[in-house]
Amino acid sequence: MSVAKPLPHDAAALHVTGQARYVDDIPAPAGTLHLAFGLSGVARGRIVSMDLAPVRAAPGVVAVLTAEDLARDADTSPSAHDEPLLAKGEVFFEGQALFLVIATSHHAARHAAAKARVGIDAMPPILTVDEALAADSRFEDGPRIYGKGDAPAALATAPRRLQGRFDLGGQEHFYLEGQAAMVWPQEGGDMMVFSSTQHPTEIQHKVAHALGLPMHAVRVECRRMGGGFGGKESQGNALAIACAVAAQATGRPCKMRYDRDDDMRITGKRHDFRIEYDVGFDDTGRVTAVSFHHYARCGWSMDLSLPVADRAMLHADNAYDLAHVRIESHRLKTNTASATAFRGFGGPQGMVGIERVMDHVAHTLGMDPAEVRRRNYYPSAAAVAKGAEAGTTPYGMAVTDFELHDMTARLLETCDYAARKAAIADWNAANPVIKRGIAFSPVKFGISFTLTHLNQAGALVHVYQDGSIHLNHGGTEMGQGLFQKIAQVAASRFGVPMDMVKITATDTAKVPNTSATAASSGSDLNGMAVKAACDTIRDRMAEHLAERYQTTPDAVRFEGGEVIVGEARMSFADAAKSAWMARVSLSATGFYKTPKLEWDRIRGTGRPFFYFAYGCAVTEVAIDTLTGENRILRADILHDCGASLNPALDLGQIEGAYVQGAGWLTTEELVWDDTGRLRTHAPSTYKIPACSDRPDIFNVTLWDGQNREDTIYRSKAVGEPPFMLGISAWLALSDAVAACGPAYPALNAPATAEEVWRGLQRVRHGL
Amino acid sequence: MSRIHVTTTINGDPVEYLCDPEETLLDVLRDRLGLTGSKEGCGTGDCGACSVTMNGRLVCSCLVLGAEAEGAQIATIEGMAKGETLHPLQRKFIEHAALQCGICTPGILVAAKSLLERNPDPTEEEARYWLAGNLCRCTGYDKIIRAVMDAAAEMREAS
Ligand code: FES
Ligand code: FES
Repeated sequence: MSVAKPLPHDAAALHVTGQARYVDDIPAPAGTLHLAFGLSGVARGRIVSMDLAPVRAAPGVVAVLTAEDLARDADTSPSAHDEPLLAKGEVFFEGQALFLVIATSHHAARHAAAKARVGIDAMPPILTVDEALAADSRFEDGPRIYGKGDAPAALATAPRRLQGRFDLGGQEHFYLEGQAAMVWPQEGGDMMVFSSTQHPTEIQHKVAHALGLPMHAVRVECRRMGGGFGGKESQGNALAIACAVAAQATGRPCKMRYDRDDDMRITGKRHDFRIEYDVGFDDTGRVTAVSFHHYARCGWSMDLSLPVADRAMLHADNAYDLAHVRIESHRLKTNTASATAFRGFGGPQGMVGIERVMDHVAHTLGMDPAEVRRRNYYPSAAAVAKGAEAGTTPYGMAVTDFELHDMTARLLETCDYAARKAAIADWNAANPVIKRGIAFSPVKFGISFTLTHLNQAGALVHVYQDGSIHLNHGGTEMGQGLFQKIAQVAASRFGVPMDMVKITATDTAKVPNTSATAASSGSDLNGMAVKAACDTIRDRMAEHLAERYQTTPDAVRFEGGEVIVGEARMSFADAAKSAWMARVSLSATGFYKTPKLEWDRIRGTGRPFFYFAYGCAVTEVAIDTLTGENRILRADILHDCGASLNPALDLGQIEGAYVQGAGWLTTEELVWDDTGRLRTHAPSTYKIPACSDRPDIFNVTLWDGQNREDTIYRSKAVGEPPFMLGISAWLALSDAVAACGPAYPALNAPATAEEVWRGLQRVRHGL
Repeated sequence: MSRIHVTTTINGDPVEYLCDPEETLLDVLRDRLGLTGSKEGCGTGDCGACSVTMNGRLVCSCLVLGAEAEGAQIATIEGMAKGETLHPLQRKFIEHAALQCGICTPGILVAAKSLLERNPDPTEEEARYWLAGNLCRCTGYDKIIRAVMDAAAEMREAS
C-alpha cells in the first residue's frame, strides 16, 4: 500500500531539472500583454488629479484603465466587497492600486506606471493600535468577547496576580514565487485563468463577478504555487481580475506578476497584535483565571480578518485547562495593507499570548516553565477514555484527544532537558558576555475551518481502459506535498503502484465549489473525497468481476497492481478493460464533509474543530549581551501527525514550519514609517531565516499515534500546527535575557537583536 | 533603442540573441530563450533563485545584463543533468525530500554544484554559509544540507 510510505514530492524530478512550471513559466501565446498597477504613494487621502498622459505615451503601452473605465464594479475582496480593484476617489493605504497599465512587456508596464502624475490630498493616516482605538476605527461594531467562568471575579480573589502587555509583529509571507496570473480569452467571451492561488473557486467567482459573467464562463487552473502560506488565499484576486478585465478590453491574453517590492507593498501580511494579559495563579503555578485583550491591526479592508481574529481567540487557551477565562478581541481598521491569512490564521497570535503568560508566571514563582505548563495541561486522552472528566475549552468544546502529557515527558527526556538546563545555568554563571537560554513550548491546534460550511471537498477520478488513473480534487499544491499524499490514497484504494496515478492541476471545471486549501485541511478533506470517488469505481469494478466470475463483490481484492477474484488473478489494466467492455462506468466524483461540527461565532460556543493536532519543542539559544545578536543552537521537536500519510513530507512540513515560526518571532521585522510606508519591502531589509540560521542540531520526530477521530487513514493535518513550535525559540531568548538580571525580560516580538538588547536593559536596570 | 546582438554559450550550446541594453540575463534566459528553470524571487540579488554560473563563477542572473554574456560560458539548471542521467545533487535532493514548492530548488542546485566544484569536501558549516544567499521559505534547510553533504560524499567516492 502506498499510504504511509516516505515518498518524495510528486514533482521532485521536475523540480530538480527546472522543468516544473509555475504560472510565470507557462509559455504565453503570441501577442500576450503584460500588466502593472500604478500605486498610491500616500497612505490616506483623496485623489484630486490623475494625469496619465505620460503613462499612455510611454513605450509599449497599449491601454491604461482607471476605476471609471471599468464597465463593472470590479472588487477583489473575499468577504465584504470593500476592495475596489482600482481606487475610487479615495486611497486607504500606501501601495493601493490606482490605475492599471496594459503594455507589451512586464518592464514596459512597470516603467510606464511610474510616469503618472497623481495628486492626492493627504489626510493623517490611522496606523497604530492607539490611533485606531482613539478614532474607534474598527471592523464589527465592537469587540468580540468569548469566555467561560467568571474571570473578573476569579482574578479579584486569586492568591497571586500579575499583568503584562506586549507587541507581537506581523509577518510577510515571502512565498518565493510572487503573485502571478494569466488569462486567455476564449470564444464567446469565456475566460481561461491560470493563477497562483490557494483558492481557484474564489478566483473564478471574483473574475466572473468583475466581468459580469456566470461562473460557468470562467475556468481557473492551478498546477502549483511556489509557496503560499496563506498569502495566496485572497491576495491573488487582484491580479487575476486585472488580467481578465484587460483581456476582455483588448481581446488578447494578459499576464501579470508583481515585482517583489510591489508584492510586499501591496499584499497583506500576518496580523500584528498587541496583547494585554491579567492572570491569577497560585503558588504551585496553577493558573486560576486569565483575561486577555487582543488588538489586531487588520489594515484597510476586512479581507479574512474576522475569522483570523476569531481563531486567535480560539487558541488563547493553547494546551491549558483554564477555569475562568475572558478574551476580548478588537479588530482595528488601519491605513496599511489589508492583513490576511498566514499559516496558523490567528492561532499563533492567540497561542503566543498564553505562552507568554505561562512564562511570566513561572519567572515570578521561580519555577521551571516546563513544569508550570504541565501543571496546567488539559486532562489526558487516556484519562478521559478511562472516565476522567474532559477539560473544556473557553468556547465549550470538550478536549478528549489530549496527547501532550506523554509527548512532553518523552521530549523532555529525549532532549535531556533537565541536564541541559542545569548546564546552561552553570554556563551563564561562568560567562559574562554570551548567555544561553532554553525553553519548552507545546502546541494544541484546532483542525477545521471555523466557517463550518467550508469543511467540504470534492474529487473526480477516472480509470482509463488501460488501467491508468486520472486524479483530480479541489486541493491546491503549494509545496506541502498534498498531491502526492492524495495520490498515495488513490493508489492504495486501487492497490496499484504510484506510477499508475496521474496527478493533475486543480481545475474549477473538474471539481466545482471548492474551499481554499487552507486551515491545514487539504489532505483531510480531499483525501476523504478522493477515497470516496475511488471506492465508487472500485465497487463497480468488483461488482462486474463478481458477476463475471460467479462470486460476490467482497471476494474481489485489489492489491499489488492486480485484481484477485477467488482463484483468478488479472492485472488492474485487464480488470479495467473488462469493466469497460461490459459498459461499466469508470469515472466517479467523490464528496466529503467533516462530521460533528457545530459553531456559533457570535456567542463563541460549540465545536468548531473536528480534532486537535499536538506538538512540542525545546529550543536552545545563545545571545551576545553586548549587542543582542543571537542564534538558535539546537531544536528538538516531537510532533503528532496521527498515522502519517507520508512521513517524509510530514517531517519536511514540521521542519519548515518551525523555522518559519522561529523567523516570525526573531528576525522578521516589518517596519512602517510615520507616513504609513512599509520600509521593509524586499529581502534586503526583511530578514527571513537563511541556511546559515538553521540550528546546528535539529532533531525532529513524529509521535507514534493515530487520530482518535475517523480521518483519512487516521492521519492528522500538518500544515499549520508545527508553525507554533517556533514559539519556543522566542521563549528561549527570553530565558537567556532573564539570566542577566532580576526583572522579567518582557520581550516583544520579533525578538530581533535590538529587542533582545532592550530586554537586557529592562532586566538589568528595570528600564 | 537599438538591440544588442549577443553570441554566447549556454549549457555547452552556442546561442545567439538580441536583447535590450538594460535587459537582465535572467529575463533573456526566461523570456527570450524559454529557459524558465532560473526563477525571479527578488530581482535584486538577495534570494539566489536566479543562480547560474558564468565562466564557472556563481552569479545572480538578475544582476547580470544579457549583453554581458557575450562570449561567456553560461550554465543553468537545464544543463545540470546529462540527458536522462541526473547529477548526484539532483538525485540526492529527490532522495532526501529536500524540496517542497521547489521554486528555490534550481538556484540552490546550481549554487551547491558550484560549491562542490571548488570544495569537494565542505564542512556542514561551509555548506550552510555558501548557501546562505539562496533563500528557501518552505523547507527550513535541514534536508537541503543533508542532501548536499550526502551528494558531496558520493561524488568524492566516485572520483
Ligand atoms: S532573483 Fe536574482 S537573487 Fe533574487
Ligand atoms: S522549496 Fe519552496 S522556497 Fe524552497
